[in-house]
Amino acid sequence: MKPPVFEYHAPESLEEALALRAEHGEDSAVLAGGQSLMPLLNLRMAFPGHLIDLGRVPGLAGIREDDGGVAIGAMTRQRAVERSELVRSRLPLVSRALAHVGHPAIRNRGTVGGSVAHADPAAELPAVALALDATIVARSARGERTIDAGDFFQGFLTTALEPDELLTELRLPGLPGRFGAAFVEVARRHGDFALAGAGAVLALADDGSIGDARLVLIGVGGTPLRAREAEAILRSARPEQAVFAEAAERAAAGLEPGSDAHASGAYRRRVAAVLARRALAEATP
Amino acid sequence: MSVEVRLTVNGAERSAAVDPRRTLADFLREDLGLTGTHVSCEHGVCGSCTVLVDGASARSCLMLAAQASGCEVTTIEGLARNGALHPLQEAFRDAHAFQCGFCTPGFAMTALELLREVPRPSEAEVREAIGGNLCRCTGYESIVRGILLAAERGAGGGGS
Repeated sequence: MKPPVFEYHAPESLEEALALRAEHGEDSAVLAGGQSLMPLLNLRMAFPGHLIDLGRVPGLAGIREDDGGVAIGAMTRQRAVERSELVRSRLPLVSRALAHVGHPAIRNRGTVGGSVAHADPAAELPAVALALDATIVARSARGERTIDAGDFFQGFLTTALEPDELLTELRLPGLPGRFGAAFVEVARRHGDFALAGAGAVLALADDGSIGDARLVLIGVGGTPLRAREAEAILRSARPEQAVFAEAAERAAAGLEPGSDAHASGAYRRRVAAVLARRALAEATP
Repeated sequence: MSVEVRLTVNGAERSAAVDPRRTLADFLREDLGLTGTHVSCEHGVCGSCTVLVDGASARSCLMLAAQASGCEVTTIEGLARNGALHPLQEAFRDAHAFQCGFCTPGFAMTALELLREVPRPSEAEVREAIGGNLCRCTGYESIVRGILLAAERGAGGGGS
């Protein structure tokens, strides 16, 4: 099908874009890379009265070192992040996760900010932001604020962004010491939406026990899920299969994923536990 | 409402005023008459609409024509020069890498991007790169062979 009627705006400055957001609010949709919004428009699942194309707003793309971590501008193409040596060395979880995001053509256009703001529960980048305790920078005509990733994802395709706000930057803190990262998922075809997936980061202390541990699940609820109880089991434990299995079981316990044409909730819950265990094993440095 | 779209397609400057809803895929086909780019799923999963935008593969069904203003777009029609097939097209022909041909332009543009970045890819790298393109006819084996043959023949060299 073809997109429904909308009024198209191509602001050439952030101020102009924010003024449009302030004016049109919930009746506006933001066009970043278009890899999530355009399918919604083409399938007529969204009917924004106004489309704000950020493609001509300067200053929103870029990858920079930020206090030991990495800050990524909202309009940075996923492909640029995939190729970034800075990201690969400091935040390998991001690089591993991006390998699962769609296909090269999708990553050439798709943006980091767009993926995080769209907040599909089966998407990889929102989960990575959650796992790494990212900070989201939001701008509006009213000013700028920062939002912790833990508070950002509120429900299915729903974030803490106000209707007059734009996500302008994603700040990902670095991880200290020796750590490994892994991202595993199950999909009908590599690059399709995940039926279930898990991202993990494991840091080892000097004595070889687990120091910091991060575990996040996708495709198992309305938002990406940080498995904090599982992380508590992992911290200070030995990096062994039995520990990973226990943590994975805890991560999956209580999950009530929805069923749809692609997979049942029971399947997603069971697969999530297996993937959590595999991700932890693979993330062991 | 209408927007002015001004871009370069296969080396030629093209422009038109279109409905802002017009996707790049439909712009190429309907407004510019370049029907080699095909439209199928219209939500980015089949790859039949794949073109190169500033040298990078893109789903033209997921771009508004307006977004492509100022860009250099390459479609399947841009591969042959003065009636001579591009080495990639010759390799596809020689390897019987298509049957009905519907998916073929999308595969060709995807393969062209791959070969320009990785002139001698492994079979695994080829399969990975074309993972986002669907074919209902061939079962993919002949397409993989065609791309590997193109690589052997140096199809990744040269400009757009």
